[in-house]
Amino acid sequence: MADPLLKVRDLKIEATAYPPGEPPQDITIVEGVSFALEKGRVLGLIGESGAGKSTIGLSAMAYGRGGVRITGGEVWVNGRDVLKLGTAGLRRLRGAEVSYVAQSAAAAFNPARKIMDQVIEATIIHGRASRQAAHARAVALFSKLSLPEPETFGDRYPHQVSGGQLQRAMTALALCPEPELVIFDEPTTALDVTTQIDVLAAIKDAIRDTGVAALYITHDLAVVAQVSDDIMVLQGGHQVEYGTAEQIINAPREDYTRALVSVRSIRHEEKQPGGDPVLEVSNVTARYKGTKFDVLHDVSVALDAGQTLAVVGESGSGKSTLARVITGLLPPAHGQIAFAGRRLSPDLAGRTRDDLREVQMIYQMADVAMNPRQTVGTIIGRPLQFYFGHRGAEKRRRVTELLEKIELGTGYIDRYPAELSGGQKQRVCIARALAAEPRMIICDEVTSALDPLVADGILKLLLDLQKIENVAYLFITHDLATVRAIADSIAVMYQGRVVRYGTKSQVLSPPFDDYTDLLLSSVPEMKLGWLEEVIAHRKMESAGH
Amino acid sequence: MHPVVKLVVQRVALGLLLLLAASVLIFAGTMILPGDVAQSILGQSATPEALANLRAELGLNEPPVTRYFNWLFGVLQGDLGTALTNGQDIATSMGRRLSNTLFLAFWAAVVAVPLAIFLGLLSVLYRDRWPDKLISAVSLASISIPEFLIGYVLMYFVAVQLGWFSTVAMINDSMSVLEKLNAIALPVAVLTLVVLAHMMRMTRAAILNVMQSAYIETAELKGLSAFRVIFRHAFPNAIAPVVNVVMLNLAYLVVGVVVIEVVFVYPGMGQYLVDHVSKRDVPVVQACGLVFAAVYIGLNMVADIVAILANPRLRHPK
Amino acid sequence: MRGVPVSALIGFFFTAAYFLGAIFAPLVAPYGLAEVVGDVWEPASRTHLLGTDSIGRDLLTRMIYGGRTTIFIATMATLLSFVTGSVLGFLAAVLGGWMDQVMSRLVDLLMSIPTLIFALVVLSVMPVTIPVLIVVMGLLDSTRVYRLARAVAVDINVMDFVEAARLRGEGRGWVIFREILPNALSPLVAEMGLRFIFAVLFVSTLSFLGLGVQPPAADWGGIVKENKDGIVYGIPAALVPAFAIATLAISVNLVADWVLNRTTSLKGGRGG
Repeated sequence: MADPLLKVRDLKIEATAYPPGEPPQDITIVEGVSFALEKGRVLGLIGESGAGKSTIGLSAMAYGRGGVRITGGEVWVNGRDVLKLGTAGLRRLRGAEVSYVAQSAAAAFNPARKIMDQVIEATIIHGRASRQAAHARAVALFSKLSLPEPETFGDRYPHQVSGGQLQRAMTALALCPEPELVIFDEPTTALDVTTQIDVLAAIKDAIRDTGVAALYITHDLAVVAQVSDDIMVLQGGHQVEYGTAEQIINAPREDYTRALVSVRSIRHEEKQPGGDPVLEVSNVTARYKGTKFDVLHDVSVALDAGQTLAVVGESGSGKSTLARVITGLLPPAHGQIAFAGRRLSPDLAGRTRDDLREVQMIYQMADVAMNPRQTVGTIIGRPLQFYFGHRGAEKRRRVTELLEKIELGTGYIDRYPAELSGGQKQRVCIARALAAEPRMIICDEVTSALDPLVADGILKLLLDLQKIENVAYLFITHDLATVRAIADSIAVMYQGRVVRYGTKSQVLSPPFDDYTDLLLSSVPEMKLGWLEEVIAHRKMESAGH
Repeated sequence: MHPVVKLVVQRVALGLLLLLAASVLIFAGTMILPGDVAQSILGQSATPEALANLRAELGLNEPPVTRYFNWLFGVLQGDLGTALTNGQDIATSMGRRLSNTLFLAFWAAVVAVPLAIFLGLLSVLYRDRWPDKLISAVSLASISIPEFLIGYVLMYFVAVQLGWFSTVAMINDSMSVLEKLNAIALPVAVLTLVVLAHMMRMTRAAILNVMQSAYIETAELKGLSAFRVIFRHAFPNAIAPVVNVVMLNLAYLVVGVVVIEVVFVYPGMGQYLVDHVSKRDVPVVQACGLVFAAVYIGLNMVADIVAILANPRLRHPK
Repeated sequence: MRGVPVSALIGFFFTAAYFLGAIFAPLVAPYGLAEVVGDVWEPASRTHLLGTDSIGRDLLTRMIYGGRTTIFIATMATLLSFVTGSVLGFLAAVLGGWMDQVMSRLVDLLMSIPTLIFALVVLSVMPVTIPVLIVVMGLLDSTRVYRLARAVAVDINVMDFVEAARLRGEGRGWVIFREILPNALSPLVAEMGLRFIFAVLFVSTLSFLGLGVQPPAADWGGIVKENKDGIVYGIPAALVPAFAIATLAISVNLVADWVLNRTTSLKGGRGG
């Protein structure tokens, strides 16, 4: 049997860490990773942040990012060990035999040069085609990747096209030299869910049509299941499980893989509307100071005590603006907000301390939502002192209780936020909100910056706390899986309007409006062949119309 | 109108507005401060008649706003007033000195700018290795010493101990260009040292900033040569920040000239200004201050305009 | 002092030495400030460690007293510029609106004229005394502190934790002193070191030009002015202040660098 295209054996990768106040030390990022990739096949590398997946991907080009060093093992591409290649040999490898698609195409394209120049550059430099042939190839790729006006698309500068288009152009850039291996590094992570599905389908088609082999790196198992033949699960720089996509998804062997497969499977019984609204938003229209268009148009929603209203939409839908209006940070132009039957002042300054106490907020980025110079005890203790006048031992006792509620030990009370993990930080933010004993908490994308398993833990905690504290959640998210897990009622927002609103079962059952249909069908599902089903379904629909 | 043209026009208008405001500030700085100007010019022992005469001469009996506009309209017509100390026309005395100062600053820039960019590139290429560390240590040292002392250190070791060049930089019209260059060699060297450190550090930072962008990684992963990565990918994005650095430092250079001229007894604007500050010759000080401010504001304006012109987002709007 | 790098320790040592020398100048100095104790420009000897100056005064004594004047003026000017600049900068950031606009545009204007030129313009009509020098230098330099303080505070002011404090109903005092200030302190302290160095260089320059500290008082810039004529005869007395200024500036720089690095590493957890 011929050698595989890419063979990685016992890879070890190290970097130098600079802990504050201590001498620099070497740390191992990846150890003992081995795999092989045949021509024309796709291997998915999956893991949470810090699993070393991007680092492994780049090792196929013998490239270490920012002081990362490949210190052990072998990486064979087309029968030669690339770790032993000199500068000239590496240059012939990179951009010719192996190419790379970065996570953020917006940053990976040079802002000063036209897209076409950048797409065909490697092809010409490496002598893989003449300028004319490369140009023709690029246009063909633009067309295959469904980019608008493929003939002239390349004449634009990167900032003149959208994020989704740029990500596709990046794929064209990688495919143009007709490489044998492409490394896709989280190519759809930065995109909205409805855009992601198109880019994903385009990438998959392009891989199939060109017969190129690919390493597909992502943190989202449902995504990687759509494009990969084989999957390797990584955790903390070690390989956990390596097998065919089918085996990994349908018959995972390791506990960690099983947890990844069953992520987002929290199910929550929908509560019936109780007719006891804690929040009523009526006909709210809002715009930012100095702008000319409304970010919110005539939005009306309500939230019952002890229940969860999920506000779902993509970026720019106005969902976070709605939170700012409710908190009083952005007074609405029209409409009003009532809380527990009384009308709230439209701006923050006009609200009483009790109004403020009863509506708390949890943010997306826990690390900037806490003052880095305050300890956990101070952060959680401040609302206790501010709203209830607790001091000294009493305050400390309450803080300890709250830390137990959020399943963090009391040992954390004197730590600073920088000493906590992402999930722990978000828990502290939850405790700070609970400390005010609110009737409602606004959760603004609270899980979207977290790894899936950690996010699951946070959602479970929020659900448990709701049962105990009877607190209502206004849950703002772009992620429908989260919505399914936690909501009692749902408002779907699109371009500043609520396009669909009702109980969870109503909103998630047909017949759908066009936008909700698009949104729902775009969420990757944890099963093989889902992408083809959706694309086929959409083709049928558009043929039917 | 193309957005770039609009931005440039706006920036030029802002520069002119700033210059106008600066003229108000300079005028106010000498006229409306506490204390009587005539008194502080003539000293405590002045007779009341002398004070009254000087007040009349300075127009101090008129309201400040009137005096300001008289001064401003004079300046706009090229009339900078007359010096109190010798009664000469300021514009005439200044002309020769201004061209001498620009001559000195020009040659300092000719040496310093390419050298700074070259050393900046060098320290980026050898980042965190000895050439980079040496360059940054030397530049730290030269930032830590005032300009005039660098002047004397050089004068002591080069002109006095080695006997190269002259300790004073006298130039006049009868000298040939080569003679003039020989005369200003030391002040040019000092000015170069003074701006080199800043310019080089800022150039290094600007280029490093570009080199750490994701698109440079993309270029490297295309298998391009280091030369091509730097000249085709980094350079177009580094022009604006580097030109910006150069312009800001030239503005700084113009100020450094003031002190260096005093050290080397060079017949330029700086010495003219310092002399007349000591003599409390207010009209000359105002005129010099305005000229220096104009050059400074102008160079800062050019720096901003270059940044506008080099920004692809502005040049190619959506 | 564990975990403090050697460079910062060296910086601390020399900075402290200079300040102690300045404070205890009358005790440390071997002779009187204006005492003529030898010939003109005597070379260094056991009785005069740095030699004598242009009229036969002990140069070491002049340097110690000169350091006292220079460091005193620079310290006071730095404090003035810091208090003015950071208070106004924080206020501009927190208040926003037209207050911010007016103050920021005024600072833009002040900074559009080179500091030295503007100082010369002002000093041409003011009596040159030490309080006047401190006020002029401090106020002109406060523009730079204002810009930094405002920029730092604006950055912090839009952070979620400040918004969280506002939503809690906290007053302006809490927001400024408990949320913003602790996070802005380190960059400001580091900047204070740089401003101090600038003030030392600036007052030396003014004195050298004859527009700063007036004789017979001594200061480092003035010592250069008094002894500069010796240079052409190969007498290096005028270069002694260069050494003093450079070592002081570098020491303070090393400390400031350390303060700044400590800040950035405390934020931690980013870019890993």
